Amino acid sequence: MKKSIADIMAIRQSMQSEIILRDNVDAEKEIHIIVGMGTCGIEAGAREVFNAMVDYIEEHDLKGIRVTRTGCMGDCADEPMIEVHVPGKEHEVYKKVTAKKAVEIIKKLAK
Amino acid sequence: MYRTHILVCGGTGCHSNNSGKIREAFEEQIKAKGLDKDVCVVGTGCFGLCAVGPIIIIYPEGAFYSCVTVDDVPEIIEEHIVKGRLVERLLYHEKALGNKAVHSLAETNFYKKQTRVALHNCGVINPERIDEYIARDGYQALIKCLTEYEPQQIIDIISASGLRGRGGAGFPTGRKWQFAKNQVNDTKYVCCNADEGDPGAFMDRSVLEGDPHAVLEAMTIAGYAIGSHQGYIYVRAEYPIAVERLKIAIAQSREYGLLGDDILGTGFSFDIELKLGSGAFVCGEETALMTSIEGHRGEPRPRPPFPAVKGLFGKPTILNNVETYANITQIILNGAEWFASMGTEKSKGTKIFALGGKITNTGLVEIPMGTTLREIIEDIGGGCPNGKKFKAAQTGGPSGGCIPAEHLDIPIDYDNLISIGSMMGSGGMIVMDEDNCMVDIAKFFLEFTVDESCGKCTPCRIGNRRLLEYLEKITTGKATMQDLDDMEQLCYYIKNNSLCGLGQTAPNPVLSTLRYFRDEYEAHIKERRCPAHVCKQLIQYKITDACKGCSACSRKCPVGAISGEIKKKFEIDQNKCIKCGQCIATCRFGAIIKE
Repeated sequence: MKKSIADIMAIRQSMQSEIILRDNVDAEKEIHIIVGMGTCGIEAGAREVFNAMVDYIEEHDLKGIRVTRTGCMGDCADEPMIEVHVPGKEHEVYKKVTAKKAVEIIKKLAK
Repeated sequence: MYRTHILVCGGTGCHSNNSGKIREAFEEQIKAKGLDKDVCVVGTGCFGLCAVGPIIIIYPEGAFYSCVTVDDVPEIIEEHIVKGRLVERLLYHEKALGNKAVHSLAETNFYKKQTRVALHNCGVINPERIDEYIARDGYQALIKCLTEYEPQQIIDIISASGLRGRGGAGFPTGRKWQFAKNQVNDTKYVCCNADEGDPGAFMDRSVLEGDPHAVLEAMTIAGYAIGSHQGYIYVRAEYPIAVERLKIAIAQSREYGLLGDDILGTGFSFDIELKLGSGAFVCGEETALMTSIEGHRGEPRPRPPFPAVKGLFGKPTILNNVETYANITQIILNGAEWFASMGTEKSKGTKIFALGGKITNTGLVEIPMGTTLREIIEDIGGGCPNGKKFKAAQTGGPSGGCIPAEHLDIPIDYDNLISIGSMMGSGGMIVMDEDNCMVDIAKFFLEFTVDESCGKCTPCRIGNRRLLEYLEKITTGKATMQDLDDMEQLCYYIKNNSLCGLGQTAPNPVLSTLRYFRDEYEAHIKERRCPAHVCKQLIQYKITDACKGCSACSRKCPVGAISGEIKKKFEIDQNKCIKCGQCIATCRFGAIIKE
C-alpha cells in the first residue's frame, strides 16, 4: 500500500524501539543493568524481572539504559540479583529482586 | 518485543562460508526451545571483518563471535541465550592485545579507527526489511528534499559538502549534477554504476547487499535535483546476492510509494530499473556502461559530448558510483558542514577500502580521508601475516599503482595518491609482502587488462598485448636493458593515445612498479634473478647440507627429479624440475631452498 509522509514517520517511530537494542556505540556513557540469569536466577524469577525492565524501558521510551543478562552471580540463595552500573559511580547489587522492585529501580535511575 | 537480536552476516564472504545455514539453524533451534517470542534472528549485510567470518553478533551485549560453524549453534543458544554466559572460545581474539578475547565489535582495533558513513547501516539492519531502514532515518533525507528544498538547494548542499566521485576519478559530484540540471530537456536519466570490476574491490557489492535502500533513496534525490524521472542501476550479474536484495528493495519501495508515480503525495515521480551487466571490465567506464544499457555491445565512445549533455539514449545523464550515492542521504541529513569537517582540504568525507592480499584482517574498512596508509595497514588491517615485511600496497586495481613502504605515512586522499603515481580508484587495496615479485604483480594486472580490452582502439588492443610480451620476456630472463627502455616508451604511448580510461590507465601498474622497484626489473634482466623467488624460470630449487637423506621429497616429486642415497644428501636434477614446490612443502628439515 502506498504510504504518506505521516505513515513513514509512524513506521520510523514504532520500529526504532525494536532496533535500538543494536546501538551500543555509546556503551560507556550508558547505565548498564545486568541480570543474573543462571539456572538459579531463572528458577527464582529472573526472567520476569528482566522482561519487566525491558518492557518498562520500551513503554516509557527511556534512552541510555541497557539491560543485559549474565550467568550465575554466585550468591544463589539471594537470586534474582541485579547489578547496576552507573557511569562514574560505584556499582550496586540488588538481591531478591521482583518485577515490581525492578521497575522501581529503573524509575529511580531514570530520574 | 524481542529482547535479544542475533545478527548473522549475510554478505558474500560469510554467505559462501555457510552463514545461510547458520541462520536457519538458529531459527529452528530458537523455535524448538520456545524462545522465538524473545529472540529474533536477523540476516544483515557485511560487518567488514571478512577474514574471520562467518560473523555473528548478539545484542544487547554486542557480543562478537567469529568463525562460527553450524555445530556451534546449540552451544551459543544454550550458553549465551539461555544462561547469559558468553562463549569465550568463539569470541574474536585480538592479536594486538596478546590474543585477548574481545567482547564486543566496537572494542576491536579494526572498528575503533573507522568512521562509518556510507557503511553506517551495513551489519546493523536487515537489508530485506524496509522498515528497519526507515527506523535508522531511512527516507528522511528524501522527505526533507521533497518538502523543504528546491532542486538547486540540494545541488548547492552536495557541492558545499565537497563530495567527490567514489568510483575512481574523483570528479566533484555537485558539479556533475549541476551540469545535468542546466540542460533543458524533458527526459533526463540518473544512472548508478554498480559494475565493480577491479580485482580486489568489493565495497559497492557490500553496500548493495547491506543497505540497498540507501542507493535507491539517493538516486531518487538525484532525480529530483536534476529533473529526471527514470533511473537505471547497472549491476554485475556476478553479484547474485546484491541483485536479489536490490530487487526486493525496489519492490518494497514501490509498494510504499517511495518509487513510482506521485512519491509520498508530493507530485514527484521517479522509478528505477535494474540492468544486469555480464562482467566486462570496460563496462565500468561511463560511456561503455551507457552503451551497454542501451542494448549495444559495451564499447566506449569518445567524449565530449559528456554524459551530462548527451548520455544515455542521447539524453542528459548523471552517472555516479554506489559508494557516492551511499553518502548522499547522510549529507542531506547531517548537513554539508558536517561532511566537509571530515577529511583533507581537497578530499572530504570518508572512503571505503577493501583490504586484501597479504594482510591479517581481510575485509572492508571505512576511514576519514587523510588517514595514513600505515594506520590502515598496521592498526586496522593488523599488518602482514606470519611476521613478513610489508613491501607495497596496490590501490586503484589495474588502473592504479603501487605505494611502497617509504610512502606509508602519506595521508590518503585523491591528490596525494596521484602525486605518488597511484590513484584512489574504487578503493581496492591489495597488500604485498616481501614474497611478492613486483614484476610478476605488474604482469598479473596487465594480463587482466589485455583480457578485458574491448578492442575498439588500437593502442589499447595491440599496445597492451605488446607490453605484456615485454613483461613475459623479463620474467623468463630473456629481456635486455633496451627492452626495458622500449617498454617504458610504449607505456606512455598507450596512455596518451587510448580512447577510454581503460587503456589510458592500463600501463599504470607497470609504470609505478618501474618507478619504485626498478632494481627488481634490473635484477631480472641483468642477473637473470628474481629477488622474491616468484618467477619460475629464474629460480632453482636446491637441497642444502641440512638434508638428512630421508627420501620424502623424492617420493613426493611428481616428475622424479630428486634422487640420492638414503641417509646421504639428495640432489635435484634441474633439467627435470618443474618448480612445483611440493618438495619444500614435504621436507621436515627445511633443507630445500629457492635460489
